[in-house]
This record gives sequence, structure tokens and C-alpha cells, in this order.
Amino acid sequence: MSFITVENVSFAYRSGRTILDSLNLTIEKGRNLGIVGESGSGKTTLLRLLLGLAQPSAGRILLDGQILDTRNRAFMGGFRKRVQAVFQDPYSSLDPRQSVFNIVAEPLRALKVQTDIESAVSEALAAVGLPADAARRYPHEFSGGQRQRIAIARAIVARPDLVLADEIVSALDLSTRILIVDLLKTLSTSATFAVVSHDIALVALLCPDIIILEKGRIVESGPTERVLKDPAHPYTRRLLASTPRLPPPV
Amino acid sequence: MTALLTVDRLSIATQARQLVRNLSFSIAPGERLGLIGESGSGKSLTSLALIGLLPETMAATGSIRLDGTEVIGAGERQLVALRGPAAATIFQEPLTALDPLMRVGRQVGEVVRRRLRHEGLPSSAPAVQTRVLELLSRVALPDPERLARVYPHEMSGGQRQRVAIAMALAWRPKLLVADEPTTALDVTTQAEILALIGQLVREDNMALLFISHDIPVVAGTVDRVAVLRQGELVEAGPVSDVLQAPADPYTRSLVAAARTFDTALGRLF
Ligand SMILES: Nc1ncnc2c1ncn2[C@@H]1O[C@H](COP(=O)(O)OP(=O)(O)OP(=O)(O)O)[C@@H](O)[C@H]1O
Ligand SMILES: Nc1ncnc2c1ncn2[C@@H]1O[C@H](COP(=O)(O)OP(=O)(O)OP(=O)(O)O)[C@@H](O)[C@H]1O
Ligand SMILES: [Mg+2]
Ligand SMILES: [Mg+2]
Repeated sequence: MSFITVENVSFAYRSGRTILDSLNLTIEKGRNLGIVGESGSGKTTLLRLLLGLAQPSAGRILLDGQILDTRNRAFMGGFRKRVQAVFQDPYSSLDPRQSVFNIVAEPLRALKVQTDIESAVSEALAAVGLPADAARRYPHEFSGGQRQRIAIARAIVARPDLVLADEIVSALDLSTRILIVDLLKTLSTSATFAVVSHDIALVALLCPDIIILEKGRIVESGPTERVLKDPAHPYTRRLLASTPRLPPPV
Repeated sequence: MTALLTVDRLSIATQARQLVRNLSFSIAPGERLGLIGESGSGKSLTSLALIGLLPETMAATGSIRLDGTEVIGAGERQLVALRGPAAATIFQEPLTALDPLMRVGRQVGEVVRRRLRHEGLPSSAPAVQTRVLELLSRVALPDPERLARVYPHEMSGGQRQRVAIAMALAWRPKLLVADEPTTALDVTTQAEILALIGQLVREDNMALLFISHDIPVVAGTVDRVAVLRQGELVEAGPVSDVLQAPADPYTRSLVAAARTFDTALGRLF
């Protein structure tokens, strides 16, 4: 049985346009999935459905064979413990009135995780490369990349089974990016990641499988290595061709 | 040519910490300068200081001359007049630039109207609307008529970022300050935006301060680059020199990491 199964899922916001069109995909436990595609193709919307923030207009999503039904309170209780997300706009997802300590501790408190909150929070902050004194400061006192790392620390602190990560390294410089990639790789032994990113290298490093979305449809999917080496769809080829490269060394 | 922007020994500090120290650089009209450096090195604070938008808890010393006006110590009225026509900024967090309660077309329209008035041109509703739609399509937004009518939260992250870019470009500024302007964009859309910015630099002689951690993108976008580390300038020069033969050990490590990544990317496809 797959960890996550998305069966014929379609979705439209109230405005009515179809945003996601008959998606089928599975995520196996321990096999991270990369989600790549043009801006506006529906990547964040797919994560919102996987997170139970919205219901598919058609089709269904299963977790360990159970239907993800946002109205099923018993199911959602367990689900929330197992799934965490890092959102695309890190700043707007950080409550400006809360200290970084409270922000990172929030999942532990909300989910009543039995643990030493102090040490769990400082471990998570250290793991994303933030100094220990970050805990008593507030989000506005941090740079863009530092805020992104606060959001990552919050997502991993409660040790979820599934982490939905939406452009989590976009604001990070290369050395911090490498730190985060290493961190996520380490965490991948216990958690599975669905990684939305336009950074092909990140996806290749973290995700054995990939799907390519275009205008709400999956146009290509499979093992990342195969898809990158031998892209079948014109959109995938265009994507690879537009990836910025360094000029060759002299 | 006289510089459009001259930053001279700029320092920025809170009561507790020195965040930027003794930073000097200048940008001439039509010139493209890149600002790179690790997370937290002071790039965004520098860009905010240029238009007098530092948080109240911070003080700047030194001198910033923008289009003939001294920014440090300037009054709010002077600063407001500079923001936009002299220097327009694409902020690192696109949401901070957008009003959540106003339709996107109206927000861009406000800037267009103010710019037209600034130039003494007629700013009738149809003239504004035409220009808004033109701007939205220039930043590669599909279906501009529809998107002009939605609210920011009804757009994708990359769509919002492009609206923020359109708003800055609507000023037709002498200096465009772009703080990580393409982080929310896929590479194909990013390529379109960078081409557009390049075109405006050539055709309108717009100057560019381009902040990015993406070294391959910087290499293809700017003429000169300045490297910040912990609030201090460690190296500056023509982009090809700095990236091909970095003099400072920190720059060398940045470039080496980018090179390793690039080589790995080369093996992927
Ligand atoms: N709340 C909403 N109401 C109506 N339409 C929406 C809403 N949110 C997103 N959309 C539309 O749905 C489409 C898909 O958006 P989504 O945010 O899923 O894209 P994305 O692939 O994450 O893009 P990006 O890479 O730019 O973040 C876009 O055309 C967007 O305008
Ligand atoms: N309001 C504030 N109060 C105190 N310190 C701040 C404040 N804003 C930023 N800082 C600190 O100033 C330093 C420089 O921040 P800045 O935002 O300029 O970094 P940056 O180079 O843009 O980094 P990034 O690449 O992550 O966006 C950081 O260490 C940050 O924590
Ligand atoms: Mg998105
Ligand atoms: Mg910044």
C-alpha cells in the first residue's frame, strides 16, 4: 500500500477555472517526491490538497489507504500529527507577535507532543543553522533566508512522517542551501518529503521521483534521474534548457 | 559620467549590533551592479537604506547620494519624492509590497497614475488601464485581463512576485533595486523577466542594483559585482573578473561552491 495516493484528483477554486486536472500519483514511504513546473501550474494548490487545507472537487487522496476527508475529525486529528508544511511565503506564515521560540514550539504544543520543548526547539534551530539566541528574537529581526529557516525548523520540530515543502530554499545562499539539503537528507530516513521547487539540483539531490506539472496536468513523471537525462515532454526540455549555468572557467 | 547613486562609508547599526560597516559603492546611469553574499550579510538592509526605509530601531551613518539628494538625514517628504521615480524597489518578500485588500490591477494602476502625473501626462482611466495590462503582460503574466481583477491571495507565489515587479517597473525608475526578484519563479519565467530587465537597462538607460544568491544568474545579469560578508564589502569589480578570478578567500569559497553545484548540474542533464 502506498503512503500517499492521489486518485483522479481535480480542483477548482470558487472562481471555477480548473486548476488541477485529473492528477494521479503515489508517494511511497521514504521516497521523496519532487514537484516541478511553471509558475501558476498548480504546485502550491496540490500541496494544499495534500495538507487537507482544501478538498478535491473530484477524485480522492488516501493516506495509508485511508481517505483524507477534512470533515472526518478523528482522521484529521491523527493526520495533523503526521504531516507538516513549509509554506512558500515564509514571512507571512510566521506570526509577527510571537518569538521565534514560540513559533518553532507551536507544533509541539498544538499536537501535545510529549517532549522537552526547550531542547527540541534549540535542536531544530541549530539544525537549520540559526544561532541559539535566535529563539528569543522576533521574525522581523531576521533576513529573508533566516526567516525561511525558522519556517523549516517549525516544520521538522515535531518529527512528522510527511513534510510538504514549498520552495523552501529559494531565499537561501548556496552554503545554507547545502546545509539544508544535508539536513533534509538526514531527516529523510524518518520522514518523507514532497518538495516543490524550481531548483532542479535540489530536487535531484533529495527526490528519487519527480513529477512535472504544466497548467494543472502532470505532463511527465518517473525516476528523477531518468526524467532529467531523457526528458520526453517539450515543457521538461524547455525547463532544463532554461536552467541558468555558470560561464565555463577560463 | 556622474553616478546616479553613491554610497560612501555606509554603516547600519541597532543599539545592540553593527549590521553593515563602512560600505562604499556607486552606480552610474545604465549600469548594472550585483550584490552577493551569504544569508544575513546585510544585502537587504543596504537596499532599504538607499531609499530611507530602514526599521526605526536602526541608525545609518555615512552618506547615500541618490539622484542628487542626500538620503541619510533626509525628511520624509524628500524621501517619498525619491521613492519611485529615482529608485523603485522590488522587495525580497513580494507580499509586503502588495495590499491584500485591493485588486491587483488597481494596485499597479495607482503607480501608473502617479508616474503619469509625475511626467505631466494625462492619466485618464483608459490610459492607465492600457498601461497596466501592458505591464502585466510584459512580466509574463498569462491572461492579464483576468489577473488584473483578482486579489493577491488568489494568485500563485510567482504571479504575486511578477505583480511586485510590474509595480516597480511602472515607475520607470532611474534605478531599479531588485532584491532576489526571481526567487519564486521557475527558470523559464525567470529567463523572461531577466531579459525584460536587461531590455529596460539598454533602452531606458535604467540602472540596476541586483541582489541575488544565485551566482549563475548574477553572472548573466550584471556588469559589476560587490561581495558582502557580515556587513562588510570584501571584494568588488567587473563580474567576469570577480567570478573567474576571485581575489578574496570568501568570494573564492562562494564561487567554488557555485562551480561544484554547476558541475553536478551538468552531470544531471
Ligand atoms: N485562492 C485562489 N483563488 C483563485 N485562484 C487561485 C487561488 N490560488 C491560486 N489560484 C490560481 O491557481 C493557479 C495555480 O496556483 P498555484 O499557487 O497552485 O501555482 P504554483 O504552481 O504554486 O505557482 P508558483 O510557482 O508561482 O508558486 C494559478 O493560476 C493561480 O492564479
Ligand atoms: N529589524 C531588525 N532588527 C535586528 N536585526 C535585524 C533586523 N533586520 C535584519 N537584521 C539582521 O541584520 C542582518 C542583515 O540582514 P539582511 O536582511 O540585510 O540580510 P541579507 O543579506 O539580505 O540576507 P538574506 O540573503 O537571508 O536575505 C541579519 O543578521 C539580520 O538578522
Ligand atoms: Mg506556489
Ligand atoms: Mg535579504
